[in-house]
Amino acid sequence: MPGLALMIRNIAILLVFQLAGEMLARGAALSVPGPVIGLGALFVTLLAVPGLAERMRDTADGLLAHLSLLFVPAGVGVTAHLATFADAGLVLAAALVGSTVLAIIAGVGAFVLTARLTGARHDE
Amino acid sequence: MNDPFKIWSYLAQEPLLWLTVTLAAYVIGDWISARLGERPLANPVLIAILIIAAVLGISRTPYETYFEGAQFVHFMLGPATVALAVPLHANLGRVKRSLAPMAAALLAGSLTAMLSALGIAYALGVRGETLLSLAPKSATAPVALGVAEAIGGEPTLTAVLVILTGITGAIVATPLLNALGVKDWRARGFAVGVAAHGIGTAHAFRINSTAGAFSGIGMGLNAILTAILAPLVVTLFG
Repeated sequence: MPGLALMIRNIAILLVFQLAGEMLARGAALSVPGPVIGLGALFVTLLAVPGLAERMRDTADGLLAHLSLLFVPAGVGVTAHLATFADAGLVLAAALVGSTVLAIIAGVGAFVLTARLTGARHDE
Repeated sequence: MNDPFKIWSYLAQEPLLWLTVTLAAYVIGDWISARLGERPLANPVLIAILIIAAVLGISRTPYETYFEGAQFVHFMLGPATVALAVPLHANLGRVKRSLAPMAAALLAGSLTAMLSALGIAYALGVRGETLLSLAPKSATAPVALGVAEAIGGEPTLTAVLVILTGITGAIVATPLLNALGVKDWRARGFAVGVAAHGIGTAHAFRINSTAGAFSGIGMGLNAILTAILAPLVVTLFG
């Protein structure tokens, strides 16, 4: 299949899974968001149909390589909260930087320690 | 001859202008980041947000008007989240061999992110809606907004805190993990995904594809865990 047609088909597949996830999340009043349910459902489908993973790889890689672009519109929302940031900006910055550094240290520490204890050695 | 003001008032109503500005600002941010040799502080998201915020300030455009156009970009967060299944599947072998370390890192990273953010802000005098808006900030945007709403935070403030957390994670991750001497790409990626969701994951994919895949898994799992734990954790700060 030529590149563009393949990409359109792949995006349609992603949207179908997102839609199914949204419907399930709302229908069953789950606290897990629709796209995360869609992720899980697509993963299970890829396990059942391994050929599909190969055909979706380029589209997924392309989308994920520019994932950060997709956060720009929500980030610009800072302009709607200038009063809060003028008021508590330094405190919020301390909380964000402090907690992000601590969370990375805690996460990586727990991962490395558990990998050592269980012998789940890394392969690179 | 057409009145330039009329052209402006037409453009200001249409999604075209703000969609174009969003993509152009990101292209510029990406270009600056690449020119500066991917230096951590030159984060493309941060640069793009600053450019757009300046344009909105100068043109006196409310955020709501901007978002009418930018929502098309924002919308793609959903399909991109679903697309994480593909690298997850490609790394299945590695994932299977790392289930226990992933579970430990998820629990440690997720709880540390929430407790330390709330603890630091509480100790410095933040209370009420602003404090509650902080709780889900390490989860990816669509999840964090739902959680903020459920626990009595302000969802649009949470959205900003989520993005700022992601940018912070992308900026500190590489220097911090190098200083700690961690060489396992699985551990590096996973911890960054748990702490700094999609922006951390985007950064991880630029550095190493294994780190990116594990970061995506960390982000997906923390989205679920935050939705479960945040309502319990905030009761500690009630």
